[in-house]
Amino acid sequence: MANNNVIYGINGPVVTVKDTRAFSMMEMVYVGDERLVGEVIGITDKLTTIQVYEETTGLKLGDAIYGTGEPMNILLGPGIIDNIFDGIERPLKAIEEKTNSSFISRGASVSSLDENKYWNVKIRAKIGDYLKAGEIYATCPETAIIEHRCMVSPKLKGGKVVSVQPDGKYKLRDTIVVIEDDEGVKHDLTLCQEWPIRTPRPSAQRLSADVPLITGQRVIDTLFPISKGGTAAIPGGFGTGKTMTQHQLAKWCDADIIVYVGCGERGNEMSQVLEEFTELVDPKSGRPMTDRTVLIANTSNMPVAAREASIYTGITLAEYYRDMGYHVAIMADSTSRWAEALREISGRLEEMPAEEGYPAYLPSRLSEFYERAGRINTLSGFEGSVTIIGAVSPPGADFSEPVTQNTKRFIRCFWALDKSLAYSRHYPAINWMTSYSEYFTDLDPWFRKNLGEDFIKYRSKVTALLHEESELMEIVKLIGSDVLPDDQKLVIETAKAIRVAFLQQNAFHKEDTFVPLEKQKLMMKTILHLYEKSKHIIGAQIPISQILDLHLFEKITKMKYDIPNNKLEMFDELNKSIDEALSTISVI
Amino acid sequence: MVLDYVGVKEINGSLIVLDDVENAFFEEIVDIRLDDGTIRHGRIVQTQGKRCVIQVFEGTKGMSLDNARTRLKGRPMELALSPEIMGRVFNGAGMPIDGLGEIYPQYNANINGTPINPVSRVYPKNYINTGISTIDTLMTLIRGQKLPIFSGSGMKHNELAVQIVRQAQIAGADNKFGIVFAAMGVKNDVAEYFRKSFDESGVLGRVVMFLNLANDPIIERTLTPRCALAAAEYLAFELDMHILVIMTDMTSYCEALREFSSSKGEIPGRKGYPGYLYSDLASLYERAGMIKGKNGSVTQIPILTMPNDDITHPIPDLTGYITEGQIVLSRSLEGAGLYPPVSVLPSLSRLMKDGIGEGYTRADHSPLANQLFAAYAKVMDARSLASVIGEEELSPVDKKYIEFGKLFERYFVNQGYNENRTIEQSLDLGWKLLSTLPREELDRVDDEILDKYYIEDTDSITFETFGADESDDNSNDEDIA
Repeated sequence: MANNNVIYGINGPVVTVKDTRAFSMMEMVYVGDERLVGEVIGITDKLTTIQVYEETTGLKLGDAIYGTGEPMNILLGPGIIDNIFDGIERPLKAIEEKTNSSFISRGASVSSLDENKYWNVKIRAKIGDYLKAGEIYATCPETAIIEHRCMVSPKLKGGKVVSVQPDGKYKLRDTIVVIEDDEGVKHDLTLCQEWPIRTPRPSAQRLSADVPLITGQRVIDTLFPISKGGTAAIPGGFGTGKTMTQHQLAKWCDADIIVYVGCGERGNEMSQVLEEFTELVDPKSGRPMTDRTVLIANTSNMPVAAREASIYTGITLAEYYRDMGYHVAIMADSTSRWAEALREISGRLEEMPAEEGYPAYLPSRLSEFYERAGRINTLSGFEGSVTIIGAVSPPGADFSEPVTQNTKRFIRCFWALDKSLAYSRHYPAINWMTSYSEYFTDLDPWFRKNLGEDFIKYRSKVTALLHEESELMEIVKLIGSDVLPDDQKLVIETAKAIRVAFLQQNAFHKEDTFVPLEKQKLMMKTILHLYEKSKHIIGAQIPISQILDLHLFEKITKMKYDIPNNKLEMFDELNKSIDEALSTISVI
Repeated sequence: MVLDYVGVKEINGSLIVLDDVENAFFEEIVDIRLDDGTIRHGRIVQTQGKRCVIQVFEGTKGMSLDNARTRLKGRPMELALSPEIMGRVFNGAGMPIDGLGEIYPQYNANINGTPINPVSRVYPKNYINTGISTIDTLMTLIRGQKLPIFSGSGMKHNELAVQIVRQAQIAGADNKFGIVFAAMGVKNDVAEYFRKSFDESGVLGRVVMFLNLANDPIIERTLTPRCALAAAEYLAFELDMHILVIMTDMTSYCEALREFSSSKGEIPGRKGYPGYLYSDLASLYERAGMIKGKNGSVTQIPILTMPNDDITHPIPDLTGYITEGQIVLSRSLEGAGLYPPVSVLPSLSRLMKDGIGEGYTRADHSPLANQLFAAYAKVMDARSLASVIGEEELSPVDKKYIEFGKLFERYFVNQGYNENRTIEQSLDLGWKLLSTLPREELDRVDDEILDKYYIEDTDSITFETFGADESDDNSNDEDIA
């Protein structure tokens, strides 16, 4: 049968087909002889609109378009971890090998996952078992630290196991279990399954957000913590360290698996991630970071439609591993590029723009994405979570623009990066006055239980001092600090110590790049100890200059480097030396 | 079969519309022959049914609905390349204009290029010594990086670019060094200045120039950087050369794009620039880099003049989000007579962290740079305080910072147009400046490094000896030269 569905118009990444009823919304299609991947994004009785995920240069009018009858699916199975994909899950390493070129040519058709690799499979299901959707029937070691668990696809209703293969080595598409559903239809279960990227994977039950995701970054863990299954945004102008913060979180947070989506960002940055993560050893497992990382790289010069899809591809991969019972964190860098991709395609469709040219459906798309985060019980009864940390790149660092504002409505953790902090190389440049975390109340019981009441007490004191400082700085800016009374000068000195010794953290220093919560607590304790003691001395009418001459505040700024993470008892010595030094004053 | 389409349906600015076109493909190149025998070139930018929209590179002046015959060339826009392009001058659309004849192509490259596979990239780490203290110390340029200069009209960005070219080529001592120069909408004088400067520093034979001057057609301007980058990629990845691409002025390019977009009737984004400006700029800037298995590299120094010196304007803003840092020039430093007027605080190099330190420059480089940034940020705080309460009322420490700021700008930022400082000289100068501050203030540096480099004897760094040192540095340079 002749294919009557041919290209009628081309405008950048958007092509149109005239007078057809062959396609359905969001159906995946192949365009042209090179079979470029596309997706149907609009249908009228006259025109069907398709966005193409590859360069459209060279496409001709009259080139055929082939429907697949299915929405945009991605392949899920062993081989995802330690891999690097583009926005529609094409494996970049395999493409490089197959095309033998350093550039991405079009229409490179390579299966997402290696179909010829043998996996060491252990079959869990037995004949006669009844497998529900989402239930695990086989496992195989995917990397040295991640066990892959093959689940009955939630698309199936489940059924009775009628045949199983013995344990052994199988390829991705080998049938290992056959089930028969209630209607008597048999389904072959292989190591892999497919899932549409724009549909959230189902779970049994949502859990509350009362377990923190520990990042080892002091300003985050202590002041603005995030829970497992939480959502956070990192907004900041260029050069404020969004990417650095994301890298730090990816390296150190205590999730089992990291999905890192480079959405419209720099190619050199992705090669840095690749290189660093290969070299970096995960402290918990002693294995390279890549053993628990998936990278999705859609650099800014790769096709814009695939950039739009990359976010969904990332979250679908994350959900897949969540369903196996893992805690997954997804870093999306940056969601603004994704929103701009939406805007660009919307513009090509000549849709009526809302704010700043963004389409009116921007907020609903953002909420759909962020709502896919959460800590849940999986269909098979495990606990898993997806935490979303999205970078936002507001134009001109103006947080009132639509993407930042709409993102703010759907996230609960806001780590605002500040230009002036970044200029003075205070990293992470998270502004403690404009950032917030709504999770603190949810996490309060966990902190009390695991770190004691003191932690909460110190934290509120630190926050209070920082706020007091910011008010005092208003005065200092007008009249200088000399005229302040000594107790207020002490507040300023202490807040400075908090900023420099505590909030500022050196990602390149081996002791400081990750700091356990216990050390964070002791650091706060030391600063506050010095503050209380000094306050007492000042109360006795002794001028603050005498305390400052002891250079104790400078001394404690070095504690982050001087006290190794595994020798926390050294804090006792430090506190003792502070007491001794201060006692020389009180005696006089 | 070659078909000519006689006449056009519509003319709108630099766009023409043809009807009943068979087999046209997106971005196909066309030749348009006018009745007077001249040939113009164009590209298909939109197709809908049998209707084609074509942009005419040379403009539509003199065209009527009947006097043109259009021929489809059956290929996308390509640039003829061979090793002979070194030393040649082309127009914005890649046609030779130096009167030396056509290029006999060894290779035809699609000027749009194809994206580099992220897995094939080499993470750039080799630093380029530019001999300029601020850049080498605080925003180190790395081979394979894209580091734009954010400037304003009338500032000395061209001089700075030329100085970088002149001094950087010495570091890449092998003759595998080349320059691709793309001028977009610049004044004739500016193009001439670059040509003369390249000539004077003896690199003209290693320069490929693409010139689209201010009075050349804007459609050609949208192709100029693409042609230049296609040439750069060819030289870097086929001939293993280290290519420095200088593109000036990106603002003119973006404005050409805006003009073109609005004549196509597209929905405008911020400030009337098309919504795809980010993707479009990225398709240029992302063509910098290094590739596994190839010895060459493409390093980009785009120059853009910020309209009204506004760094939040869409052009510098989007550029900053794509490039790996930026060198920002400041009008107030320029006004104070300092050259190069590099505004240190907003400037940044994202790739420097892995290209400096032990094994690359010197172990103390990174802490020194951090400390200089932090200290200079405090200078700004102290200055704004001084402007309210007067310098006299400042605390002693703040006064030290004010003093440090003056010295820093005068001796570190400021340097001669011909002065080529080694990295050691720049770093040592940095330490000398930091030593004018109390040691306790240097909270970004380990004690170990401070012990080694901090000059305790502050009396030895008085203003006079400092100045004398500076002139020593100069004389050293002359010795080297």
